[in-house]
Amino acid sequence: MTRYLIKRILFMIPLLLGITVICFAVMHLAPGKPTDLQTQMNPKASAEMKERLLSLYELDKPLHVQYVSWLKKLTRGDLGTSFSSDHRPVADKILERLPITILINLLSLLIIIAVAVPIGVLSAVYQDSLFDKVTAVVVFVGFAVPTFWLALLLMIFFGIQLGWLPISGLRSLNYEYLSTWGQLVDLAGHLVLPVFISAFGGLAGLSRYMRANMLEVIRQDYILTARAKGLSERQVIYKHALRNALLPAITILGLSIPGLIGGSVIFETIFAIPGMGQLFYMSVMARDYPTVMGILLIGAVLTLLGNLIADVSYAVADPRIRIS
Amino acid sequence: MTFWEMFYNNKLALAGCGIVALLFVVSLFAPLLAPYDPGAIDLKNVLAPPSAGHWFGTDQLGRDVLSRMIWGARISLKVGFVATGLAILIGTILGAVAGYYGGWIDALIMRFVDIMLCFPTFFLILAVIAFLEPSIWNIMIVIGLTGWMGVTRLVRADFISLRERDFVTAARAIGAGDARIIFLHILPNALASILVAATLGIAGAILTESALSFLGIGVQPPTPSWGNILTAGKDNIDIAWWLSLYPGLAILITVVGYNLLGEGIRDASDPRLKR
Repeated sequence: MTRYLIKRILFMIPLLLGITVICFAVMHLAPGKPTDLQTQMNPKASAEMKERLLSLYELDKPLHVQYVSWLKKLTRGDLGTSFSSDHRPVADKILERLPITILINLLSLLIIIAVAVPIGVLSAVYQDSLFDKVTAVVVFVGFAVPTFWLALLLMIFFGIQLGWLPISGLRSLNYEYLSTWGQLVDLAGHLVLPVFISAFGGLAGLSRYMRANMLEVIRQDYILTARAKGLSERQVIYKHALRNALLPAITILGLSIPGLIGGSVIFETIFAIPGMGQLFYMSVMARDYPTVMGILLIGAVLTLLGNLIADVSYAVADPRIRIS
Repeated sequence: MTFWEMFYNNKLALAGCGIVALLFVVSLFAPLLAPYDPGAIDLKNVLAPPSAGHWFGTDQLGRDVLSRMIWGARISLKVGFVATGLAILIGTILGAVAGYYGGWIDALIMRFVDIMLCFPTFFLILAVIAFLEPSIWNIMIVIGLTGWMGVTRLVRADFISLRERDFVTAARAIGAGDARIIFLHILPNALASILVAATLGIAGAILTESALSFLGIGVQPPTPSWGNILTAGKDNIDIAWWLSLYPGLAILITVVGYNLLGEGIRDASDPRLKR
């Protein structure tokens, strides 16, 4: 197991380096200099000042020198300083917004598993039943629904028509006057729609995948053996078949992480949630390059970590992986 | 059964085909079909709910929503085809080269694919767009440049399984060059799966474009696109539900259409399903 883990982590290093190269390339292949925005706005900017800005950001040096010094700063956790008027370190800006984004993504992962697995299993066990057919249609439409549109419709229905749920931000105006319990309920109410929207995209994919897996497992010989030795149908399905069908689903969950993180831009912007996705959107609009690059990097690293966790839990669950 | 017989017997695939054909017709004849000029501002008729005069209501400037949606269909069609075409072109060439030659070329290309797949696609698109002027051409190029990885894997897998076949050996025996073998002998055999990936890719590109336009970094107003009508829907969410409902429905139906068509082609070209 330890050997597998070490091998898996070593494999991450070239990917990590590749990620930094691509981030760096995106930043430097773009037309114009990142400092243009600061100098163009300022009519007093002299040629000498432009030079000074360029050397401040080390843009006057050859590309590979810039890359190495950028990488050195990166290893110290230094992502540069934001171009926005607060001039704060990018790492600080991202860190303070990361927890809420991770919280929402974890919650939606839990919901995806809790909902998609039973749906997939049931529609496989009762193949061609009414339930199977209805979920097939729902899943097919689920693949095609633009999530931001679904968010709008839910905001109109639950937020405006029914008035049940808040549609913006994380806290009500009277948050500070609520009891601890009341604050928790308030926060939960604000999270219902964002978490649902974030989970929605993954639901269709995983339930369909679980159904296909389950159908394949049910046809295996060991299921026949389990039935032949007189186990109840319940034991056959939920003990023997489900475990084996669940394994490959771990990988699918790992693969769905970039989609979830990418989707946070959309739902955080729509629901005005102060997370990393909203910061990314605002930085793109303001052309705050250091922050854009910092978040791009963090997003890729989070994806890499998610895949690592998925692979490791796969190895924990399936002895065949860690031996070979 | 032939491909066409299989396809013809699949009612869902035909429905998908019909939806896509309808999109083509609407885009082609947009100037004739649209009841109003999509840019005609009518300030006396702002945010009017759906009525006999304006079937889908009017927007915040009094423009007819139905007419804007009909013109918006052109954007969807264009973005879907150009972005996916670019992704398919890059993916096919890289996948063919990686699968055909193998060895270090293959390793290099596939590691690059792995690295690209680490980035949340939507993040990558936004980051590149931050440096460019938002315009329909830039959007199409960026969506294409960030969507080729799946196609590369697919084409590579096809090439690996095809390159050892007898017909390839025969072609090599009569002195055909690598390029000739790749493009004239192997590629036609991989065409079905590329076509499926392209059809499903168009659906994905349309969804991405609408999300970008919705966020205000895609197709810029006053050019109408389904995504940027929805932006107006969000801005007037408490008073004008029709701005939010209809454009999204159009996206949904279009994407369902391409997905049905793609799955229909997949089923019809899968020899295992032939009876």
